[in-house]
Amino acid sequence: MTASMSTATGSGRQAPGGATFGGVFIASVVVLIAALLPVGELGGADASLIGSGGTIALAAVTQLVLAMAALSLGLALGPPSAGSGVLIAGAGIAIGHLLLDKVWDGLDLSVSVGFWVVLALVLCLVWTGMGRLARQRGNATRVLVPLLFGGLIVYVWELTFVGFGVSPVIIPPPTDILASIIANRSILWLDFQHTIVHSALIGFAVGCAAGFLVAVLIDRSSFLQRGLLPIGSAVSAMPIVGTAPILISWFGQGWPASSAVVVIMTFFPMLVNTLAGLQSTGAMERDLMRSYAASYSQTLWRLRLPMALPFMFNALKLNATLALIGAIVSEFFGSPIVGMGFRIVSEQQRLNLDVVWATIAVAAVVGSLSYGVLTIAERVATFWHPSQRGEG
Amino acid sequence: MTGSLAGGGFAGAHGASETVIEAEGLSLTFQTPDGPVNALDNIDLRIAKGSFVSLIGPSGCGKTTLLRTIADLERPTGGRITVNNGTAEEARRARAYGYVFQAPALFPWRNVIRNVKTPLEVMGVPVRERNVRARKALEVVGLEGFERKFPWQLSGGMQQRVSIARAMSLEPPILLMDEPFGALDEITRDNLNVHLLDLWNRTDLTVVFVTHSIPEAVFLSSRIVVMSPRPGRVLRVIDSDLPRERSLDIRENPKFLDIAHRVREALREGHSYD
Amino acid sequence: MTDAVSAAPVPRRPSAVRRAWSAYWARGRTIPVLTVLVVLIVLWYAAALWVNADRAERLIGQTGEEGIVAYATAVWNMERPALPAPHQLAEAMWDQATGQAITSNRSAVHHIGVTIWSTLIGFLAGTALGIVLAIGIVHVRTLERSLMPWVIASQTIPILALAPIFVVVLGQLGVTGVWPKALIATYLSFFPVTIAMVKGLRSPDILQRDLMHTYSASGSQVFWMLRWPSAVPFLFPALKVGIALSIVGAIVAEVSTAAQAGLGAWLLQGSYHGLVFRMWGALFFASALAIVAIALIALLERLVVRSRGGAA
Repeated sequence: MTASMSTATGSGRQAPGGATFGGVFIASVVVLIAALLPVGELGGADASLIGSGGTIALAAVTQLVLAMAALSLGLALGPPSAGSGVLIAGAGIAIGHLLLDKVWDGLDLSVSVGFWVVLALVLCLVWTGMGRLARQRGNATRVLVPLLFGGLIVYVWELTFVGFGVSPVIIPPPTDILASIIANRSILWLDFQHTIVHSALIGFAVGCAAGFLVAVLIDRSSFLQRGLLPIGSAVSAMPIVGTAPILISWFGQGWPASSAVVVIMTFFPMLVNTLAGLQSTGAMERDLMRSYAASYSQTLWRLRLPMALPFMFNALKLNATLALIGAIVSEFFGSPIVGMGFRIVSEQQRLNLDVVWATIAVAAVVGSLSYGVLTIAERVATFWHPSQRGEG
Repeated sequence: MTGSLAGGGFAGAHGASETVIEAEGLSLTFQTPDGPVNALDNIDLRIAKGSFVSLIGPSGCGKTTLLRTIADLERPTGGRITVNNGTAEEARRARAYGYVFQAPALFPWRNVIRNVKTPLEVMGVPVRERNVRARKALEVVGLEGFERKFPWQLSGGMQQRVSIARAMSLEPPILLMDEPFGALDEITRDNLNVHLLDLWNRTDLTVVFVTHSIPEAVFLSSRIVVMSPRPGRVLRVIDSDLPRERSLDIRENPKFLDIAHRVREALREGHSYD
Repeated sequence: MTDAVSAAPVPRRPSAVRRAWSAYWARGRTIPVLTVLVVLIVLWYAAALWVNADRAERLIGQTGEEGIVAYATAVWNMERPALPAPHQLAEAMWDQATGQAITSNRSAVHHIGVTIWSTLIGFLAGTALGIVLAIGIVHVRTLERSLMPWVIASQTIPILALAPIFVVVLGQLGVTGVWPKALIATYLSFFPVTIAMVKGLRSPDILQRDLMHTYSASGSQVFWMLRWPSAVPFLFPALKVGIALSIVGAIVAEVSTAAQAGLGAWLLQGSYHGLVFRMWGALFFASALAIVAIALIALLERLVVRSRGGAA
């Protein structure tokens, strides 16, 4: 593949599959033009990436030159190399940063074609870099590509919202959300303790433990299994959060009622998955244990429970999300005075949307972190399963 | 020729031709949703201590069922099975045999040595002794050095050897093997056949070996039991007077070919080729 | 010993009745499920005795009657129970469903209709989105590496918790009425469909793909003739999950914005005004809605499978 390319274009030295000298030259020219175009107005004067009103910022120029160098090298290296992806994306990030800096300084974007040219260039560079990285193997690139993608979205969000002065009332730019989290951290901490540590975590622990125990208990009764499993599937379909008002009328306002909702939500997925896992052991392995005259509990402990772990982790990951949702949404009912769900509804009614977005950001982070922790735990506990070895 | 140990060399070294496994009028009928299936029909068989007995027959003839009945993994519906002068269940509870399946059936979350220790853990053998026995078993199958590897890091043949080591770690007097090399390629199979024979020669094992390969049966056994298609019956018992120490070259020996011919004839008579 | 003729008689095949019975009892699901349901209902009645204790004692104190039978009758027929007895609830639900004018606020049918409408729109949109995303992910490598982790991450963010702000933001942008709820339903239902379709579109054997390659089949031919038919069986379980989630999403959206109509609104009203039967009724009707929807999808699945000749 690469050999044919280098002979076909035949213009002297170049890396396998890499761009020709001409290609690199053209790319550099494009970057240069983008750097010199006016991207908007700063303090009344036309501003470009490297300076405004006739003055040129040295730092900006240095950054630009580095970006051009990185781009050239990246293009020359050619697609098979991971470095090329990193370099090209890096060039895009550097140029993007120059633009963002200007926007943060108060750039007025109302009159400029240059802005869109630069933005298009940045997106193009980062996307190409991502594309090259996507073809690599290895864990580092697996994390890098989605991070770049997410970064792109946050970047465009921040850039356009701040640059075009979108009203922060609707959706604030990322930096505002960050500021709000820091400003309101004491309230957020109280809500966090109430909703996450008490309602969600305790409900999650109790619900999963109960589901697991019942599954082990009814493991020996095929009758009970056939009776409970269809009911379990039906219950999973029901909007369990709807039980919140009923539970509040029984337990009173506070985290125990929310915790109870979470217990109900997490019980059946854990039950169903644990049972499926316990039944997944093959006949051969069970005969093996029988040939050792192993007792029921020895077989359960040494063979069937380890085999059930992958299934149990599926349920745990699902339940983590359900617990979070259950804890927060159950606070939409009744009249609580603390908690993340309460905060979202009440502050939204008072139009203190920055607190609302801060709470949402905390919820998103908690959700992602718990999923990440469970994924790591899954990798450690079920390292032997084909799905964890990349063959699944 | 039938029912007795003829020829020299194999029973003598280990003393008397004591019967270790005996089936009398053994029958087994399965109840399936489509009606009863007659798997075994009135089997009479005696297996002497220290012998290597192969059960051979076409697919579905009940040879695996017979092996599983000896192992108390199936219960007979007629007749009797005696193992070590007791019932099959007593033998199983006393862990009198090691069983090797068609597939390695290793636990993927345990490394090689922990897999080999599995039956010892179930039996409650003390920790230090477990280690000693496990290492010895791995040596016997030639896998020293692979203790910390995981099953998926080994080839099919090596996994099956671990499975044999696991069966051996119990140091059982009887080894029951159900087509253990069936899923492997011929070269690996030959290799493992030599290993197994070597193992049998060095110990006091009684081996009952199910196979559908005639050359394998003749190469390994001191006695070959030919079974009929379903319902499974013993068609013929052929004693092998090949020397106990054998190499792969023996497969071109005229005596070998003669025994193989007799096995094939018996199968043909039993309509196995129809 | 050799070649002996079998002497054992062949056992008679069990009668048809016995076979049907053993199939039903040993393998069937109806009897076990019914048994568990009956046990649950009995436990429910018992629980009602316990939970409604305080109010019952007050009632009995007024009538002056004594004894277990009087106690039980009082508990199971209270006007405002903390835990309504099954027969009370059934009666109330029947009235809510059939005894009211369809347009009135007290009719279950009215509220179900409001909720269904936005749910369906959102669910269909989410399914379409999920399928499109899956096609993109399977065919474009960059999309796969960049989108998939975010698709998964998107589900760790509790969108249901964001429902209130969602509706407000959309309201500011002029999107009101049925659309905010539909959008929430879309967000919730696209994920299971995406994951399932990615798996399904990738499911064809390497051998089958090589076969298409030997025919010099174009990309779209491979898609329509091989990948899509292989993926269809994967779609249905995801649809079931998706519709259940969409229903929950619509209800939560209604609750969080204090909507006037819809099952969520009904639930909220019942909760505010202490209308026990309305609360329980809303919950059960919502559950019934979800179960019926899933049953319909299962029926569709069976029809599709049959038209493809049975096993997937």
